[in-house]
Formats: sequence, structure tokens, C-alpha cells
Amino acid sequence: MKMSLAKLFLVLAVALMLTVPQVSMAKELNGDLEIFSWWAGDEGPALQALIKQYKDQNPNVNVIDATVTGGSGVNAKAVLKTRMLGNEPPDSFQVHSGQELIGTWVKADRMEDLTFLFKEQGWMDSFPAGLIKLIGTDKGIWSVPVTIHRSNVMWYIPANLKKWGVTAPKTWADFLKIAPKLQKEGIVPLAMAENWTVNHLWESVALASLGADKWDALWAGKLRFDSPEVVKAWELFGKILKYTNKDASSLSWQQATDMMIDGKAAFNIMGDWAAGYMSTTKKMAPGKDFGWATSPDTGGEFMFLSDSFGLPKGAPNRDNAIAWLKVLGSKKGSDTFNPLKGSISPRTDSDLSKYNAYLQSASADFGKDRVVGSLAHGVAANETFMGGFSQIMEMFLKTHNAKAVSMACQQLADKSKIGK
Amino acid sequence: MREASRDRLKAFLTLLPSIILIGVFVYGFIGNTIWISMTDWGGDGALALEPEMEFVGLANYSDLFTGFLSSGFRQDLVNAVYYSVMLLAGAIGLGMFIAILLDQKPKGEDLLRTIFLYPMSLSFIVSGTIWRWLLAPQGGVNVLPTYVGLPPLTFQWTSSTKAVLEFNWQNLLQIFLYIAAFALIIIGLWVLKTRPHRAVKLWLGPGVVIGLFAWLGGSLLPQALFMEETHGFNLATLGIIMATVWQYAGYTMALYLAGFNGISQDLRDAAMLDGASTTAYYRHIAIPMLKPITISAVIILSHISLKMFDIIFAMTGPDNAQTGHPALSMYMTTFRANDFARGAAIAIVLFMVAAMFIVPYVVSQYRQRTRG
Repeated sequence: MKMSLAKLFLVLAVALMLTVPQVSMAKELNGDLEIFSWWAGDEGPALQALIKQYKDQNPNVNVIDATVTGGSGVNAKAVLKTRMLGNEPPDSFQVHSGQELIGTWVKADRMEDLTFLFKEQGWMDSFPAGLIKLIGTDKGIWSVPVTIHRSNVMWYIPANLKKWGVTAPKTWADFLKIAPKLQKEGIVPLAMAENWTVNHLWESVALASLGADKWDALWAGKLRFDSPEVVKAWELFGKILKYTNKDASSLSWQQATDMMIDGKAAFNIMGDWAAGYMSTTKKMAPGKDFGWATSPDTGGEFMFLSDSFGLPKGAPNRDNAIAWLKVLGSKKGSDTFNPLKGSISPRTDSDLSKYNAYLQSASADFGKDRVVGSLAHGVAANETFMGGFSQIMEMFLKTHNAKAVSMACQQLADKSKIGK
Repeated sequence: MREASRDRLKAFLTLLPSIILIGVFVYGFIGNTIWISMTDWGGDGALALEPEMEFVGLANYSDLFTGFLSSGFRQDLVNAVYYSVMLLAGAIGLGMFIAILLDQKPKGEDLLRTIFLYPMSLSFIVSGTIWRWLLAPQGGVNVLPTYVGLPPLTFQWTSSTKAVLEFNWQNLLQIFLYIAAFALIIIGLWVLKTRPHRAVKLWLGPGVVIGLFAWLGGSLLPQALFMEETHGFNLATLGIIMATVWQYAGYTMALYLAGFNGISQDLRDAAMLDGASTTAYYRHIAIPMLKPITISAVIILSHISLKMFDIIFAMTGPDNAQTGHPALSMYMTTFRANDFARGAAIAIVLFMVAAMFIVPYVVSQYRQRTRG
């Protein structure tokens, strides 16, 4: 009875906000706003720029920047889970859009539907319809996307390739042709790093081998993981692994990219944060000092991942959090954040003049390519599958048994209810 | 009499708060973890305010030991056993050696003692980061020989994929029988001197029978898995073991040094007067006298090795089958894959392994107390 009364008040409050937006806009916000993210290090300044923008609009709100460091949010997610289980949610938290959010927090009924915000702000038209579909379910829209990253990109140094007399391969068959030659000269054909970057490479290879339709079918539960097509993808992956560096597991992704920059390796497949690393940290000019191509056999396909923020149920400062989400989704906020972070804006109307050459090309592709979701970065599958997949990958690295891992993947898919 | 019972009451009341607190916060939570490990808490709605849980008995455990998807965990468990043995041998051996050297009262003994003990004060995450850098494939230790004009080493300290001492997990039952036979025979030999009849009947006989059965009838035993799965001592763990030994040798050194200093000088003089050499003094007098110290060092170090987490996390990261450890996979299963029940089951398995070390110790201590 008490709960339903509280819910009623919540509905009333929402209705009130929707009917009198003018009044609520005029109201001065105060109190705290706790933002939970894993954007430290290189990404810190971009987050600070957004917080500054928020502070300009809401000077009386005290922003608490609760950042937990760690690549891909490994540590942050664990901290978040203990807090949520203890019923102490932050006001707004960072999460990868897609199944990582939906399979974890939406299925657990811990998030607020943000459809009202999308309608009120006119975001239904400013975000691509395909993207809205991937971040929502039939029950609502669950997060405000802030960035779009591309995962299927192959990086190289044009000057080095010229020196070695090779060109960036368009297909994996091409790659397998030039790789032995490079290896003979003592150059690692494809630089790779620790476990998650292996998963990252796998998704590009699997997309190449399966094609976009079958890739989508896989995650919709319509194509089995132990089917011959998927086994073939694993076999191709095994062949490619032969041309990677042996010390991969002790390198970070930056060190793998460094191998390519230093001319120890020819190519590197990594998300486009590598462009941010090379242009910002290494001061290299995109298109001149470093080059890029879509990873082999995935031309016309854009494998995406996206950082987004959601609104947990029971957020202590809900109004402040909604104001924060408005900043994130706005054109100004998006164009402030993304050029600094090295990603493109999810909005269709972003101001491209603020972005560098690489990001402009990625943005153009995002508009016209077939968009598919990334596995390694949380769009395609839920966390149960992702966690298990990392272990299966270790199994493959040890045994190179394509059939056994395909069977293991299917068992894992059944267990984590992929496509159901 | 009345005075005594009032004292007892007082003592009991004073202890009561800690009994209650330990009961709730230690044993209560262990009990809760055991309960969770027997449910299916995980997957979709795992993080709901009121998650749905069903009792599934020992399914999680049988899955960990025989399930197709759990080969990662089994590798981690094997790693943990090798870690423990190597860490014990390394830290105790090296610590004792340094302690014996320092016991000769060299010049600047205090300074040396401080130097050797100092690594203990670093946190694992710090020393892990330092060692990660030292053992990097193209840097640190591997380039040392180039300073004297030799070619650099190429050993991959933390990323080698080679393994030695491999065995097949399919033969789990057979391996268990071998271990059981071995333990029985060892106990039998130990008891042989005092009660020969009992030893043969209770320990040696069954041990030999089980051992023979495992040896001859091994192929008849049911296999734990339907396909071959080998695990062994991964050479990539050498780097981590080195780092841990480096950090803990100082600790055992301090323990032994305190013990050596506690042995009276008269005893040493008497031994020397009887013509004992320094080696003989340590071998026959000093080290046997420090048996309690050795035992407690073994207990403490084996616990540390079972809880090993941060140093591995810092040196090789979370997903790395070659250097994996159950403590890491427990964290990953629970907080990344949201599989709380399985994470709890891994925790209980680790808890049991730790108990295997500590329970015999506590029991033997208790017996000595009552006998004395």
C-alpha cells in the first residue's frame, strides 16, 4: 500500500513536470548531483567540460564526481553493483548502451523509463531511429547516449607500409597472403594486447566471416553458435591469431598500438579511441601520420558501441539528474564532449567542423553504413554472456579447438538466455 | 567457589559482544554464502531489489568441477595449488637462509634486517606494478644481459603459454585415489613406530590397496569430463611467484631470526664444545627447535597464497588463463558476469581448501594443550 502510494506520487510528479515544463525549468535547482563514471585519465578532461557546462546552468548544484578508474569500467561496474544491491544508487551512472544495460539493470527493474525526456526534448528526431531501437525495449528507452565509437577499424602507419611494400588488406584472404611475408622480415603482422582486445578482434573477424545479417541473427537467438558458419568464423580467427605477437597477454591496448607506431607491427585492430590516443597523446596527424581502414571484409558495416547515462530508480536527487541528462543529450553538450573524448556524436545534427579528419570520416560512415552492435563492448549481449565469453576465449587461445569453443558458446548462450 | 563462578560469569559477559559480532559478521555471512552457493541466483534479474532464487543443491559445485564451461575455474584451481607450493618452498627456504646468514651477526645486521623486511611494507598492488614493469617482455630483467654485452633474454615471464607437470582432469577420480593412498601410507609410516599393528591394519593396508586399485583399475573408473582437458604448472606464473617470494621472504626471515635469537647462547656453546659444526648446529638443533615457527609460517603463507588477488590483478590483469587464480575468477564471476551463486560456490571451495590447512593445525595444537 505504501509502495503504491509512493508510485502514485511519482507518477503525479512526472505528470506535473510534463505539463508545466516552463515552471520546472524556471525553478532553481540545488542540492547534490552524484555522477558515477569510469572516465578518468585521458577521458577526464572531456567529462570535466560537461560538468562545467552543467555548473554554468545550475550554479547552486554541488556536483560530486564519483569516478572509479579501470579499463572498460571493470572496477566501476563492481562498485556500482555493490551500491545498487545496498540500495544506495548514485543519481546517474555511466553504462554501455545496449544489452549490458538492459540485461543487467532494466531486467532487474532498477531503471526509469526515459521516453518522456526523449519526447520533451525532441530527441526522437535528433537521434537515429536505429540507435533508439538498440537502447530501448518495448517497455521504454533506457539511457541517454553520449558517444558513438566504432569498433571495426584497422590502423596502420602509411609510411611504414610503403617501406615494406604492402597495402592495407581489404579482405582477410589478402591479409593472410601478406602476413607470412611481413613475419619473415621480423614484423608482427597484427598487434594484439590483453584478453579483452582479443575479444575485440574476434568480433571484427566474426562479423567479416558471418556478415551483418547473420551477426544480428546470432544475437537474436536465430542462429546457433555451434552452427557450421560460426565454427568457420572461429577457424578463420585461429588462422589470424598465428600472425599476432606472442606476448599479447602482458600488453595494454596502448602498448599494442605503440608496437604499430614504432614499426614493430604492421596493423592493429582497435576501436577508434586509438585515434584519440594517437592524435592527442602522440600528436600524430590523422590521415597523414597514421591511416585507417574498416577491418577486412567489413566494408559498409559500422560496428558501434556507445557510452550512455541512465537514471536509476530511487535516485536521491532526481531533478538534478534529469537536468544532467538534458545536458548530455543536447547538441551543445554532445559537441563539447565528443571532440575531446575522441568519439562522434550520436546526434544526427552535430557540428562536424569541431571534429578531426578521422572523426569526420567515421561520422559520415555512421550516417550511411549498416550499424551493428559490438559484443566486446556491451551492445550485443548481456553481462552473463560477456563474462563467460572471456573465459571461453582463454580456452580457445590454449586449445585452438574451433568446434569445442563453438559448443561452449552455445551452452553459454542458453545459460544467459541470448535472444529471449 | 562462588567467587570463581562469578568470575566466569564476568568473563562470559565481557566476551559476549565479540561472540555475537563474530557470530553475525563472520559465521553468519559464511552461512549466507553457503546458502547462496546452493541457489541459482544469477543471470537476468540478478540485481533486482528482490531477486528470485531457487534452491538447486550442489549443482553449482558439480558444474565447477565437471561442467564443460568451467575449465577456466579448474585451471585457476590448479594454478592456486602450484602457487601455494612454490610460494611456501620459496619464501620459507629463502627466508630461513637469510635468517641463518644474519644469525652469524655480520656487520650492519640491523640495517640488513631492515632492508630485507622492507618489501613487506609495500602493498601488493604497488609491488605488482613494479614487477609488471620489471618482467615486461621487452624491458626490465630481459634487457639486463645487454649491459654486459650479451644478447637480451627472451623469456616471457608473465605471458608464456608453456606448461609443465601437466595432468588430465578427466582422470580426476584416479588422481583423488592416488592422493588418498599417498596420505594413508604417509600416516601409516608415521604411526608404524608407536603402534605397528594398528598402523598396518588401519592405514598402510588400505593405502596400498587403494593405490594398487587406482594404478591397475584406473581406466575402469568413470571419467570426470567427456573430453581431454590438461592442466599444469604454467611457466607464466613464475613471474608472479618470484614477486611474491621477494615480498614474503623478509617476513619469514624476521620470524626465524626472532626464533634463533630466542635459543639460549649456552645451548649453542655446549653444542660447539661437543664438536658440532655450524651446519650441524642448525640442522640438528636450531631448525628442529623452531618447528612451531615453521608450522605457523606455513599456515600463514598458504593462506596468503590462497587469497592472492591484487598482485595478480596488477601484473597480468583479470582474464588471463595462464596466471588465473580462483580469487580473481570469483570476483569476475560475481561482479562482471552477475553470477552470484557460482561466485559464492567458488568462494566456498576456496574456504574449504583454506580449512584443509588450518583445521589440522588447530586440532594438533588443541591436543598438545590438553595433553600438557
